[in-house]
Amino acid sequence: MLESILIAVGVTAGIGAVVGVILGFLGEKFKPETNEKLEAVRGCLAGSNCGGCGYAGCDAYARAIVNESENPSLCVAADVQRLSEVLGLAVSEVEKKVAFVRCSGTCKKTNENYNYRDREECRIAYLAPGHGSKKCPYGCCGFGTCAANCPYDAIRIVDGLAMIDDTKCRACGKCTEVCPNKLIQIIPYKAKYVVRCSSHSKGKDVRMACTEGCIGCGLCTRVCEHGAIVLENNLARIDQSKCTGCGKCAEKCPSKIILKR
Amino acid sequence: MNTFTKILIEVLAASLVNNVVLSRFLGLCPFLGVSKKTATAVGMGTSVTIVVTISSAVTFAINKFLLIPLNLTYLRTIVYILIIASLVQSIEIIIRKKIPSLYNALGVYLPLITTNCAVLGVCIDSAQKSMTFLETMVYSVGTAIGFLIAIVLMSGIREKLEFCNVPKTFRGMPIVLVIAGLMAIAFYGFTGAL
Repeated sequence: MLESILIAVGVTAGIGAVVGVILGFLGEKFKPETNEKLEAVRGCLAGSNCGGCGYAGCDAYARAIVNESENPSLCVAADVQRLSEVLGLAVSEVEKKVAFVRCSGTCKKTNENYNYRDREECRIAYLAPGHGSKKCPYGCCGFGTCAANCPYDAIRIVDGLAMIDDTKCRACGKCTEVCPNKLIQIIPYKAKYVVRCSSHSKGKDVRMACTEGCIGCGLCTRVCEHGAIVLENNLARIDQSKCTGCGKCAEKCPSKIILKR
Repeated sequence: MNTFTKILIEVLAASLVNNVVLSRFLGLCPFLGVSKKTATAVGMGTSVTIVVTISSAVTFAINKFLLIPLNLTYLRTIVYILIIASLVQSIEIIIRKKIPSLYNALGVYLPLITTNCAVLGVCIDSAQKSMTFLETMVYSVGTAIGFLIAIVLMSGIREKLEFCNVPKTFRGMPIVLVIAGLMAIAFYGFTGAL
């Protein structure tokens, strides 16, 4: 019994050893000419093959950097300092960004003016009176043109409003291009407070159209100690470079459209 | 019947009648994964052919001179996997050096042959049916040609499919699986032909 087990172990281990020796020999003999620069660049990249740069993997991206002089700052997780030393260039660090929908008008919050009956496509709905059937002419049509164009499957239409999954979004900007209302913006990932509305209507009209909308009262601009909020054409806008994330604006906002992310 | 006719019939039987992909459903991963373009499909089919041929020869020798005399046939699967994996690895090493364009075209799919059950299936099948060396070789070459035929046919269909208005629900992999099913039904027509 013991003998047969030992034989089995011996045979398997023996084959493994022989195979290992052969592989090692072959690997040595057929060593591809290594490109030192390529190896060095490859070493600086993240190595997780996430595909965030748009290439099939880190190897492919490293090849593109070396052979096709691709922009070397596409990798989010690269060792920037070493990479710039290897390439002899100044490589800027990539700021992580994310897409954000500037509207909070779900089906419950905004009403419909009429029954829209045409192709369910935002860019067509936009041509209808009032930019679609929702009362707010600035809001999300909710037909998901952005979702259909998202290469990372990061957008879902929930209750008539586009929702972005921050974990999937890579801020490629495809959705910003197709949204007829220009609702989607690329914002810094670390942005703490955002204005979730893009209505330029007067306060009264906003109230009529949607229970959650910027009425342009300007309370936030007054409470902000850092001057990060400005009122532009009846709509609050947060300057993310000045915002410290104190949260006073969100506390004061009467329509609750300044939200913590 | 002379030997040549016999071999031809065996090859036809293994490649068309008992097509490895379409009637035995082995090696579906590369069949679905690398069949987008005919060029890569041909590359994949050829490399599977090479791997199957070499590995069935090597595993035949291992089986005959090592496993059967030592009464270790129960170790067949694990030993075969070991052999096939290392063979694929060595072929990869050689291809990377000698034919870099093929290496780049195959990409991640070359290591995938390691776990391609068509390769293991052929080796185990020929061992279980206790074929002779010639039979094993004919059988494995026939099976590999069958794989090549199936994947090239599939890639041809998929290239045409690019221009079709596929219903939204079926876009991508679902329609490919439907096509694979239809192809399997078509190949069913070969049953009993030989």
